[in-house]
Amino acid sequence: MTAHLPILQVIIPLMAAPICLILKRAKLVWLFSLIVSVLAFSVSVLLLQQVMTSGVISYELGGWQAPWGIEYRIDKLNAFVLLIITSISTLVLIAAQASIEKEIPKDKHTLFYVLFLLSLTGMLGIVATGDAFNVFVFLEISSLSAYALIALGKNRRALWASYQYLIMGTIGATFILIGIGLMYQMTGTLNMQDLSQRLPEVAATRTVFVAFAFVTVGLCLKLALFPLHLWLPNAYAFAPSIVTAFFAATATKVAIYLLIRFTFSVFGLSFSFTTIPLQTVFMALGLIGIFVASSTAIYQNNIKHVFAYSSISQIGYMIIGFSLSSVTGLTSTLLHLFNHALMKSAIFLALAAIMFRVGNVQLDNFRGLGRQMPLTMAAIVVGGLSLIGVPLTVGFVSKWYLLTALLEQGWWPIAALVLLASILAVVYVWRIVEVAYFKEPLPDRAPVKEAPLIFLVPIWILVIANVYFGIDTRFSVQVAESAAQSLFGVSL
Amino acid sequence: MWIIDLPPFVPFFIGALILLFTRGILRSAIMVAIPIVSAIHLWMVPEGVYLQFAFLEYQLTPYRVDKLSLLFAYVFHIAALIGIIFSLHLRDTLQQVAAMLYSGSALGAVFAGDLLTLFIFWELLAVTSVFLILARRTQRAYDAAMRYLIIQVLSGVILLAGALFYASEHNSLAFGYIGLDSIAGWLIFIAFGIKCAFPFAHNWLTDAYPEATVTGTVFLSAFTTKIAVYALARAYPGAEILVYIGAAMTCFPIFFAVIENDLRRVLAYSLINQVGFMVVGIGIGTALAINGAIAHAFNDVIFKGLLFMSMGAVLHMTGRINGSDLGGLYKTMPKTTILCIVGAASISAFPLLSGFVSKSMVMSAALEEGFDWIWLMLLFASAGVFHHAGIKIPYFAFFAHDSGIRASDPPNNMVLAMAIAAALCIAIGIYPQALYSLLPYDTGYNPYDATHVLAQAQLLFFSALAFVWLNLKGLYPPELRSTVLDVDWLYRRAVPSGLQKVFRVIWQADRALRDAFTLKLDICLRYFSGKSDRLSALLSQNHPSGSMAMWVAVVLASFLFLSFIQ
Repeated sequence: MTAHLPILQVIIPLMAAPICLILKRAKLVWLFSLIVSVLAFSVSVLLLQQVMTSGVISYELGGWQAPWGIEYRIDKLNAFVLLIITSISTLVLIAAQASIEKEIPKDKHTLFYVLFLLSLTGMLGIVATGDAFNVFVFLEISSLSAYALIALGKNRRALWASYQYLIMGTIGATFILIGIGLMYQMTGTLNMQDLSQRLPEVAATRTVFVAFAFVTVGLCLKLALFPLHLWLPNAYAFAPSIVTAFFAATATKVAIYLLIRFTFSVFGLSFSFTTIPLQTVFMALGLIGIFVASSTAIYQNNIKHVFAYSSISQIGYMIIGFSLSSVTGLTSTLLHLFNHALMKSAIFLALAAIMFRVGNVQLDNFRGLGRQMPLTMAAIVVGGLSLIGVPLTVGFVSKWYLLTALLEQGWWPIAALVLLASILAVVYVWRIVEVAYFKEPLPDRAPVKEAPLIFLVPIWILVIANVYFGIDTRFSVQVAESAAQSLFGVSL
Repeated sequence: MWIIDLPPFVPFFIGALILLFTRGILRSAIMVAIPIVSAIHLWMVPEGVYLQFAFLEYQLTPYRVDKLSLLFAYVFHIAALIGIIFSLHLRDTLQQVAAMLYSGSALGAVFAGDLLTLFIFWELLAVTSVFLILARRTQRAYDAAMRYLIIQVLSGVILLAGALFYASEHNSLAFGYIGLDSIAGWLIFIAFGIKCAFPFAHNWLTDAYPEATVTGTVFLSAFTTKIAVYALARAYPGAEILVYIGAAMTCFPIFFAVIENDLRRVLAYSLINQVGFMVVGIGIGTALAINGAIAHAFNDVIFKGLLFMSMGAVLHMTGRINGSDLGGLYKTMPKTTILCIVGAASISAFPLLSGFVSKSMVMSAALEEGFDWIWLMLLFASAGVFHHAGIKIPYFAFFAHDSGIRASDPPNNMVLAMAIAAALCIAIGIYPQALYSLLPYDTGYNPYDATHVLAQAQLLFFSALAFVWLNLKGLYPPELRSTVLDVDWLYRRAVPSGLQKVFRVIWQADRALRDAFTLKLDICLRYFSGKSDRLSALLSQNHPSGSMAMWVAVVLASFLFLSFIQ
């Protein structure tokens, strides 16, 4: 059983998706999906444990040997990402049934769970697999289900947002496929480890340069790096709240994982950062992205837009850490991957609760919510503090590592700018706090009650995690650090 | 039942939480009990380091007890107790909770053994204290509070940046002697300086304190600047630059204080002046000077609190605080008058009162170390203090011309708080050894020798003479309803209005250009009118898919270009 964990991680949600269709009744399907997600979560915990103690796990699909057959390869990096995805999906699913009751037509509830599980499968597959073409397949599974999930939003603009995401996502996926195709042309292999051994022989050719460019740009589109972020705000804002909470915490993270995987493991450190000016490009784009997106967030009136733009700026932080190509820099990126998932899922789940009670998340409707929904608003405040990077929250830990990494290489002007950007986060969080706590409620909005327990439980688990991992950093730092070290130490 | 390593901020924070759920007499009892219980607890805590844990790869010490921090903790407990008693009559949860949290944060900062903990409490001080200003609930107070908050948070951010540099240099976050020989040292120095109200960074103090509530100012005057003094004493003892900064701080506020009309703002200026004495002491850095600085901080908390309380009582009872509106109150507010005079005499360093026993230490140290000019400046500043705080405050509030106001003495709790503070002023003045025994160094200093007493008495008499003479001749700046311009005029008026003028010129030029341009553009647009749909779509806020795809192409092209030219 334990030997088959890598495939179980992916196959459980994949098999569960069609079973949902048989079960039909929405409540039952919800319970079933939740159980599946918990199973996936426990698998990922076991996987992480195994990897941390006994090193890389290689699983050959159907017993076909590695370069020919498909290989699932779990090391510290992807075990960590798998854990993030499955834990968030589980917590989000707890609140899913209550949330979609108000946001999605009744007859589509079952379909929602099918799509959710397929999307989960796709993400887990992307992360678990060690085969470049397999990545593309799972990318399409997760993306196609994501388009459909976003289109389920009750606002009609959801359709249009989903359509735009479809166009952009497809361009991104095509770019990645073109890149993989070019690599295959040059090396004749699709297995990542095999690729990493054969690529250096042909590294000086333009084809490999082009392959790298296509893969990178395709991934940057997927991870919404400035200026390729334009699809994201609307997709997040108009999707059903639960979907937003899930994607905000996981989807872009998976793309960042892939970027790390391709640059560090497949193309190799020396190719990615010395033959190609990746560092300058990424640092510049990351920094501009932080400032542009944070400033845009300040002027948004739909709170989902605010936090969607804030996600884009947070991605900027991760990309800056990544661009440093040092162990500390990469550690900060991986830490922020985990920490940002905690903050954003807490915030977006709280927004889902507000959506459930109030019906929309326009800033004006937040008036007086500080008194009417104290626990939900407190969660947003803690999440916001974490976004700013206040000590005792996870946001501080990852920002600290990022700043240390920047200072380590003498980039102190960038460090100063990063600190300055935190002030922008203060502004957009404060706008919400001011309205929610210091303004009287709108006269025409009926007073609302605190969110039901089914929302509060997952929200507060995440909030407590935000504080806990901000104080006791042993787990997250240790895993992120050893994952970063292994990426620098030995190639895949 | 005592938990020996319970940091003293904990009872205050727990107390603040309890306040939320209690009302009336029970709440008052809890508020008074917390500083008393916590002080008794603290009394039994011996020196030594407590409570450490690892965070990231650093050792954090959220609770470190040594002589320096203990002394400040004692006086903060006294200040908290006095402030709480002074505000017992309030029925304002916001203020009472904020005051409790603020006192707790100050205690947390004093016991912080590492820069990160210090930073956390540093920011907490800012965030909790701002509510004491906001609680005035006026637009003026709101604006002042926001300016205050921005500057305080900025100080915290600079401190964090400094801590970051410090950590990368020394691989440790321990908060001890830092010194000014690195970027980290300077950043942290600036952060402390902002909170300490160094010249040009002092405006937040004179801007915000007079706008705070009657009781809020009492708390504010006790903690924020003293924390900064404490931090400077720990990190930069003997940094010579502090001597000059401190001397400037003692002198320049005098001119503002003399012409200022709002009596609480006069006190705010004199607060900067007193902090200046402490900063000079820290800068000199000898055992005597440090002792003097710290002892003066201890005394200043009490007598400045007393003065702010007496002015607060006046404001509370009459609703006015401008010198020009007040006067003749001694007839109906005799208790307040007497207590205020005790405070005024203390701050002016009358022998047998607390100011005398500590201020002379700093001045002696300056003379001993050869800072003669500085000594003269301090002498001038002492005379100035007597002028504006010692005479002006009681004179214009309680005597001068009869304003016709017939306000009675304030509620008993306010009188009691003032009486406690006045009693402490006198007690320390008469028996300074009690205070000296708490100081970090043993210098065997005796303030009551002939030179000190005579010099101070001369100073006081001539200063008083000057006031009387100027007043009789009608030369003393009269109390006018006026606005005193300080450096903050630069960023509150000059820069904005200057910018406005510049922009107006730019706009005029711009308009002329645009008029010409729009004419041309109209012609062009008419030509393009068939294709206007596409134009508006390009400018609309929601980006069309086409433009997104275009960006992809741009990024891909530039990426390829960059990789090929390598």
